[in-house]
Amino acid sequence: MLILGETMQRQRNNFFQQCFLALTGALMSGAALAVDDMPGGPNVLQTNLRPGVTRIAADQYWIHNFLLVVCLVIFIAVFAVMFYSIWAHRKSRGAKPADFHESTAVEIAWTIIPFLIVIGLAIPATRMVIEQKDTSQADLTIKAVGYQWKWGYEYLRGDAAGVTLLSTLTTPLSQMDGSEPMSETYLMEVDQPLVVPVNQKIRMVVTASDVIHAWMVPAFGVKQDAIPGFVRDTWFRAEKVGTYRGNCAELCGKNHSQMPIVVEVKSQEDFVKWAAAKKQEMMAQADDATKEWSLADLSERGHKVFTANCAACHQATGKGVPGAFPALDGSKVVLGKSDDQIALLLKGKQGTAMASFKQLSDVELAAVATYTRNAWSNKAEDNIVQPKEFTEARK
Amino acid sequence: MSAVLDHPAGHHDHAHDHPHGWRRWVYATNHKDIGTLYLWFSFIMLLSGGVLALTIRAELMRPGLQYVQPEFFNQLTTMHGLIMVFGAIMPAFVGFANWQIPMMIGASDMAFARMNNFSFWLMPPAALLLVGSFFVPGGATAAGWTLYAPLSVQMGVGMDMTIFAVHILGASSIMGSINIITTILNMRAPGMTLMKMPMFVWTWLITAYLLIAVMPVLAGAITMVLTDRHFGTSFFNAAGGGDPVMYQHIFWFFGHPEVYIMILPAFGIVSEIIPTFARKQLFGYSSMVYATSSIAILSFIVWAHHMFTTGMPVTGQLFFMYATMLIAVPTGVKIFNWVATMWRGSMTFETPMLFAIGFIFVFTMGGLTGIILSVAPLDIQLHDTYYVVAHFHYVLVAGSLFALFAGTYFWIPKWTGHMYDESLGKFHFWASLITFNITFFPMHFLGLAGMPRRYADYPMQFADFNMVASIGAFGFGLSQLIFLYTVLKCIRGGRKATPQVWENAQGLEWTLPSPAPFHSFETPPTVK
Repeated sequence: MLILGETMQRQRNNFFQQCFLALTGALMSGAALAVDDMPGGPNVLQTNLRPGVTRIAADQYWIHNFLLVVCLVIFIAVFAVMFYSIWAHRKSRGAKPADFHESTAVEIAWTIIPFLIVIGLAIPATRMVIEQKDTSQADLTIKAVGYQWKWGYEYLRGDAAGVTLLSTLTTPLSQMDGSEPMSETYLMEVDQPLVVPVNQKIRMVVTASDVIHAWMVPAFGVKQDAIPGFVRDTWFRAEKVGTYRGNCAELCGKNHSQMPIVVEVKSQEDFVKWAAAKKQEMMAQADDATKEWSLADLSERGHKVFTANCAACHQATGKGVPGAFPALDGSKVVLGKSDDQIALLLKGKQGTAMASFKQLSDVELAAVATYTRNAWSNKAEDNIVQPKEFTEARK
Repeated sequence: MSAVLDHPAGHHDHAHDHPHGWRRWVYATNHKDIGTLYLWFSFIMLLSGGVLALTIRAELMRPGLQYVQPEFFNQLTTMHGLIMVFGAIMPAFVGFANWQIPMMIGASDMAFARMNNFSFWLMPPAALLLVGSFFVPGGATAAGWTLYAPLSVQMGVGMDMTIFAVHILGASSIMGSINIITTILNMRAPGMTLMKMPMFVWTWLITAYLLIAVMPVLAGAITMVLTDRHFGTSFFNAAGGGDPVMYQHIFWFFGHPEVYIMILPAFGIVSEIIPTFARKQLFGYSSMVYATSSIAILSFIVWAHHMFTTGMPVTGQLFFMYATMLIAVPTGVKIFNWVATMWRGSMTFETPMLFAIGFIFVFTMGGLTGIILSVAPLDIQLHDTYYVVAHFHYVLVAGSLFALFAGTYFWIPKWTGHMYDESLGKFHFWASLITFNITFFPMHFLGLAGMPRRYADYPMQFADFNMVASIGAFGFGLSQLIFLYTVLKCIRGGRKATPQVWENAQGLEWTLPSPAPFHSFETPPTVK
């Protein structure tokens, strides 16, 4: 009864938006005015939750509206009394103070009534908690791993079992520093979105490799902290095909705002097709870690790996950030024996932001190590690290 | 507040001579001098934390990265939180306790004068450590004011400085609390039974117990972070058998009572002001005392509502949800009591009353969003979004800070002997109330739309409300300069205050001359 229809809400928002823009138009830049709602993401001037595309999100939308009405009624009732009193019982109107105080009956009443209201709120909430926590009988299980600062996905069961994705932000730096106009999906776009089938119960198994992150998609009504070393789960069943977006919701370091979540919900057939194509692609791309690679090939590949994984801290210049992230240009570890660098890449360094990168393939790791040994002013004696050295070190 | 020393002719302190010049402050043992130090210290920290907040709002005015880099942005949000909580709000309430408790219970001074001095003088070094950490390699800690492991384990030397600063501040708080408890329990005037104490004294007594209970817990949590950082322990590192979520449990076992540490004395101040200006006694004194105690006890069993998204089991979520909802009951009792006190009173609206009414109005909004957040299945959507930021600024700025302003305007005539400028005070109130709401109300919308907190940059769809919030924030920051000017003007002069100051002011502090003498009550008054 309390739920406004989607269209009604849109209309209301549009009206609100126009009034608002008329009032503040002068303050806004031209670019900001042109923004449209983000498909699968937040709307412009959104003022409430939205029903989303899962039962859970719809329930949350409903209970929020319900609570809002309850709270507004209480708020108006209490402050109507207070403001009436402020108006009527003021000295300037000649009000004489009464001297009543302490009334057991009144005090019991205003303890019991809120208590009953609270119980009324707790009943639907309890049902929803139980529903949200029930991750049993899932059709598909996907592992999400939070890294500083991207998400990794692995399909554990179902048609796409074995597929792995690394989902990195695609918004370029030039949009952040203002040298290029921002896209509509600014900061909420990735190279490889998570793909799931519609109307299937998806169990997300969430963990992290370095610090705590949180996997959040508002349209699904899901938010689950990703805790390094521990596995927690949550679930959703998307009822509508489309693309849905969310963010990392737990402070995880400097690029906390740059590791969005994008989920594409496809029909079952499209999902199966996607899974098959993805598997083939992975086979084709599977790097041969046993062969001997050339310096040029490794360096070229390594440059890409570096940009996606390392440049956020160590910077594209290799100079790092003094005091926070060490420079690789001229670094002893990079220029020294390859064993130390291999160990560091595989294990990370406890107590620092340098996490383990063992989730990368041996070829990728070898490529990035080789790249750093020859980039900038670096001219390491051991100027090439072969993938099989990593294969060896992992044993 | 140097006017305190300008005693009326013919009166002199015979107990002992007290030092002058800088020695008066460094060797201070008088509760009023120490109270003054606390209040000025906290105001300076309020302005420092405010500058950080305005830098944050400047960056967030538009999407994109304009003024600060994300790593520095995280330092700003972290330090803003730490400085406001530990440097501004808590010390300000201790300042009020120092000034008011001896006067309100008919004592001459605080129980432990030299410990009182020490607990104040621990604070400036801690503040220097916090502020100074911006200038060390790697900058200040950027792990958020909650200092969650393992992110806090990654930080540079700034994190260690913060840990030491919080240790020192904790020691200071504990000493302050011991002093307050001892003073209240042992130095009340004859006839003042516990159930005759002013509400402000009651709320501080309960707050002091909360502080003693939880500050050591915080010290433990951050010490474990320190040893994880440097001594190879693995309290919060899963690879060594630890658990990052354990840190959150320990932190919030401190953190939730901490919330009430910052609001209970505010309840006390408001409970003094409303009856004065309504010219009618507090409606339900004993139920107010019981409500305060219930809130304090409940505050120990609700901590995990800050952690609903960590993946707690069903029963855990339900328990902490129910317990949290329950807090609405005693809090409601307090609000109904204040309204019932105003009902059929004879009200006037001087600045303290305006701030007290503003407190009730805006704090209640924060309370109601608190109920919405307590509903665990809904909190899943709202956790770590701007909705939470809006909620806790409604209770901490419009709650604690407004109550501190109300208390300052209420008692400053007693402190300085002068009335403050009423029109300036009212201007400060309306400017603060309006700009506060412009700043923080739109944050509810941002949170509902899904904007996470602690973001240096955000999608363009969030731009409009962020712009409004930033404009409001600058207005709110500037409004506080009116407060500074009004207070300075009041210290330097103004209409002489009578001993009673306000027409219906009850309580022992109003029986003393204005300004109050150096030693509050040389001979204890008798309370009937």
